[in-house]
Amino acid sequence: MDPIDQAHQSREWLIESCRRMLLIRHFEETLIGLQNQGHFAGHYHVYIGQEATGVPALSCLAPDDHIFTTHRNHGHLLARGAEPGRMYAEILGRRDGYNKGKGGTFHIAASHLGFHHTSGIVGGIIPLAAGAAYAAKARKTGQIAVCLIGDGALEEGAAPESFNIASLWKLPVLYLCENNGKYGAGRALGAAQSFSMAAYPLTDLPKVYKIPAQQVDGTDALAVYRVVSEVVGKIRQGQGPQFIETHTVRWPGSESNWPVVPVVTSVDLAWDASAAPEKFRDWYRASDPVLAFIRKIVEAGAATRAQLAEIDAQAVDLIDRAAKFALASPFPEPQEALTDVFA
Amino acid sequence: MRELAYYEAKLEGLREILAADERVHFITEIATGFLGLSPHRVHFRQIASSFPDRVIAPPISELAFCGVAIGAAMAGLRPIVDLITASFAFEAWPQIVNEAANAFYMSGGQTRAPVVFHLLHGLRGAGAAQHSHSPQAMLWNCPGLKIVLPSSPRDVKGLLKTAAASDSPTVFIDHVLLFEYRGSVPENDEAIPFGQAEIKRSGADVTVVATSLMVQRSLAVAERLAKDGIQVEVVDPRTIVPLDFDTIMGSVEKTGRVVVVDECHQSCGVAAELVARIAEAGFDKLKAPIRRVVTLDVPIPFSPRLEEFVSPSEARIAEAIRAAAR
Ligand SMILES: Cc1ncc(C[n+]2csc(CCOP(=O)(O)OP(=O)(O)O)c2C)c(N)n1
Ligand SMILES: [Mg+2]
Repeated sequence: MDPIDQAHQSREWLIESCRRMLLIRHFEETLIGLQNQGHFAGHYHVYIGQEATGVPALSCLAPDDHIFTTHRNHGHLLARGAEPGRMYAEILGRRDGYNKGKGGTFHIAASHLGFHHTSGIVGGIIPLAAGAAYAAKARKTGQIAVCLIGDGALEEGAAPESFNIASLWKLPVLYLCENNGKYGAGRALGAAQSFSMAAYPLTDLPKVYKIPAQQVDGTDALAVYRVVSEVVGKIRQGQGPQFIETHTVRWPGSESNWPVVPVVTSVDLAWDASAAPEKFRDWYRASDPVLAFIRKIVEAGAATRAQLAEIDAQAVDLIDRAAKFALASPFPEPQEALTDVFA
Repeated sequence: MRELAYYEAKLEGLREILAADERVHFITEIATGFLGLSPHRVHFRQIASSFPDRVIAPPISELAFCGVAIGAAMAGLRPIVDLITASFAFEAWPQIVNEAANAFYMSGGQTRAPVVFHLLHGLRGAGAAQHSHSPQAMLWNCPGLKIVLPSSPRDVKGLLKTAAASDSPTVFIDHVLLFEYRGSVPENDEAIPFGQAEIKRSGADVTVVATSLMVQRSLAVAERLAKDGIQVEVVDPRTIVPLDFDTIMGSVEKTGRVVVVDECHQSCGVAAELVARIAEAGFDKLKAPIRRVVTLDVPIPFSPRLEEFVSPSEARIAEAIRAAAR
């Protein structure tokens, strides 16, 4: 059966998901250029290669659900509909940034979208998500909390301690653990033992605490949607916490701490990756989740290449305008540093 | 005399320590450990590969790997454990402040924990609130820990050697913005004992007591103010536990004017303690109120303009020295 039919996905969902994935991809590609031009300093982390996890997963949530994320947050915010211009402004330390320039790339918060607190401390959000779930349960709001973590976060003691509490208290929390270590310079290797994690597969860890846990290919948007929508339903029914591990293949551009863009993503690249430098070509051919999704949509007849190219051009244009918006935004006045200390 | 960059002296110290004592094991992330994200970190990787059995990379489990180092120290090794960014020490706080710091005293002098915690503190540019801490004052609130704050190539090497040889848990707090400074480091130099402040620059008008990166920043300001006729003496305690208070007071008695420069937050910071001690011991020697130049009492903002505004900048140091000299 056609995998798209199986997921019962409407054409609108497919096109919108594709649009958001392309938006994330171009956001990050342009961001890398902005740093290379010296527009912001410091270390940062891009979401390239994980778009087919964040976009379908977050489309399963209600508008008022609570979401906690990490240093690798850009894709999550964009998937929820955050404004790229205000995100760039934040990353560039400008006044129009979501956090008024106080947070930067690691800490983009957008509470109207459910992103209350974005932590750059590995493992820092794991207890917080359980706490938000506790509040939702106590207040009977029907909300759930989602904890978006990397594989490395399971190495912190905060993970097992929180799993225990979430399970004991049957909290409505989804742990979505994005394992981006497959074949790359990441940490946990998925099916195999790594230098940094003795528990493998990673799903063994939450299972010890009786949290149902499963693995899914994070480069397959429809598979992610199926699994996440199913477990979100169970959590909303009051069945307690759930854990999902997604596997993606690390974008080779992330191997350096200071990435460069080997090739600007386009719809044509989905069928001909020869424009990518040799070192990157295999990844764009075999492991790029955005290009895989584009091929799937066209092959299923949900859209033509030309239609997707038009969507891509719109995404490029939106990102271009977002970058200009951020660059035109002033830096905050120095005295602003003294505000917002107390509520 | 031989000149080295700060990072070179630091690497040389580590290599010599690892070569000299088989009991030294170094727990650190190989890719970004010891020198952080500095471009010179490749040289650290060479050292790591020279001692493959004794340089070991841990999982992201600060609480556990610091505790492992402390326990190994109790059982005969002399581990150095690298938290890299000082803010990550909070993940290991219970082991550092409640186990390591208390072990010797609580056991009535039986149990030694000769462990070194290596931290990179302070405003490094765009670290924002969660990667910019200077926890030295919080740690100074935990009797039982020795606290080292190097500021020059010679000091970083000499103090690292003393830290590795110390029988007490020692927090070695470094700053990435020091790595490019150059200075003389004699060949076969001695280790530098703890508790010996150094007068980094002599001057008759104003005493500046500064730590870590703030020593270099104060020295730069002192050079400029000398052209305006203000002679600044810069005193670097080098270790705050133990503290060489005599050298500090010797300078205070000479000048009668004091500015303390430190990167901790203002309230209960390192400067707050130093100012209190100077005021207690030397009130009658002072010709002007003591001044502090420290990080303003707010979480560290990301935006470069805001970060500059809250930091103990050269402009704020110069202003404080001028005010003290009047
Ligand atoms: C407590 C703490 N320790 C160390 C770090 C440094 N650090 C930042 S990202 C990272 C790796 C995280 O890996 P993972 O959770 O898999 O996330 P990924 O970057 O792969 O998305 C580390 C060790 C940190 N930010 N916080
Ligand atoms: Mg990872």
